[in-house]
Amino acid sequence: MSGMSKIVKTMSAVVFPFIMIFGLYVIAHGHLTPGGGFQGGAVVASACVMILVAYGSVWTMKKIKEKHLSIFESLGAIGFISLAFFGLVFGSAFFYNFMANTQGFLGIFGDTVIPASTAADINTAGLLPLMNFALGLKVIAGLFAIVLVMAYATNKSKGGDKK
Amino acid sequence: MNVFFVPYLAVAALIIIGLYAVILKRNLIKIVIGITLIESGVNLFLITLGFRENSTAPIYTSSPGGIMSLPVPQALTLTSIVIGVAVLALMLTLVIHIYRHYGTLDVRKIKEVEE
Amino acid sequence: MNNRDTYAIIFFAIVAVAFIFTAFNAPSFGLMDADDQPIDRPMDDKIIESAQEEVGANNAVTSVVFDYRGFDTLGEATVLFAAVAGVIILFRRLKK
Repeated sequence: MSGMSKIVKTMSAVVFPFIMIFGLYVIAHGHLTPGGGFQGGAVVASACVMILVAYGSVWTMKKIKEKHLSIFESLGAIGFISLAFFGLVFGSAFFYNFMANTQGFLGIFGDTVIPASTAADINTAGLLPLMNFALGLKVIAGLFAIVLVMAYATNKSKGGDKK
Repeated sequence: MNVFFVPYLAVAALIIIGLYAVILKRNLIKIVIGITLIESGVNLFLITLGFRENSTAPIYTSSPGGIMSLPVPQALTLTSIVIGVAVLALMLTLVIHIYRHYGTLDVRKIKEVEE
Repeated sequence: MNNRDTYAIIFFAIVAVAFIFTAFNAPSFGLMDADDQPIDRPMDDKIIESAQEEVGANNAVTSVVFDYRGFDTLGEATVLFAAVAGVIILFRRLKK
């Protein structure tokens, strides 16, 4: 598909960093407010698809090939599985949350929470923020790769189909 | 009769409209839209089952106190929505390939097997 | 095709009547049965009470998704990966 007019290109390039920062905020605060890996990943993927619609699929495919996106998605999946296996090595079961309530296993994410308190401390909940980051990376790369491949392969001005 | 059955009526309306589009329409894109409507109706039904009277969200950050809703149906609905997105992507890919091979999107004309 | 259309309309009418009849006789939204007692769920009450001590997160829904039911999230990540791989493989021949 070809791009749109100059006003649309400029405004979508201006708005794109704000939407991406909001999406990363939703991913990072998944253990305190409503949100998490899947929800924040969908927000950032919508911002990337907005850039694809405004600039055209031929220009976007020159900047980002889909083999780089597939490397990002595989990194996210490998990170998620290896975090689950660390629970088996350091704790006692698969998916065990070995970093919670220990005052920091490596100095990160280990504070305890007083029961029935309404304050929000970001340094809590052991393994959950790391899993949120891995899943968010996977969802962003996966959803953007689906839309990019579909938009590039059905381009009408190339005639790239066979019967 | 009380008015507490309105969410169930919305679920029934969504599923009936989606079923009408799957059974009685001939265009392939309209059948795909009908399948998506049925999935939306089922997700709404899952969330409706987990509500208690005068309850708030099950989150402790600045919560006003009181009883909380059930968190397990909300977690199951999250998984169901993501699976719906994956199935929709594969369905649309197959529709594009069928259009390139047969030249038409009519369901009654695709059924002949040709080589 | 008149035979097939008639059978389809009859089947659709039966299913629609069954759904609307169920929607009018469902349990009340937020309450339990005909006696209007509140819902009593032991498993969810225990998860709400002990989600802050064991997991350390303020969000009960995220702690259910990642800690109490982590296997479902693993299966969902696998389904998403398989869908993306299938779409990219199916579109390789259409590009130049």
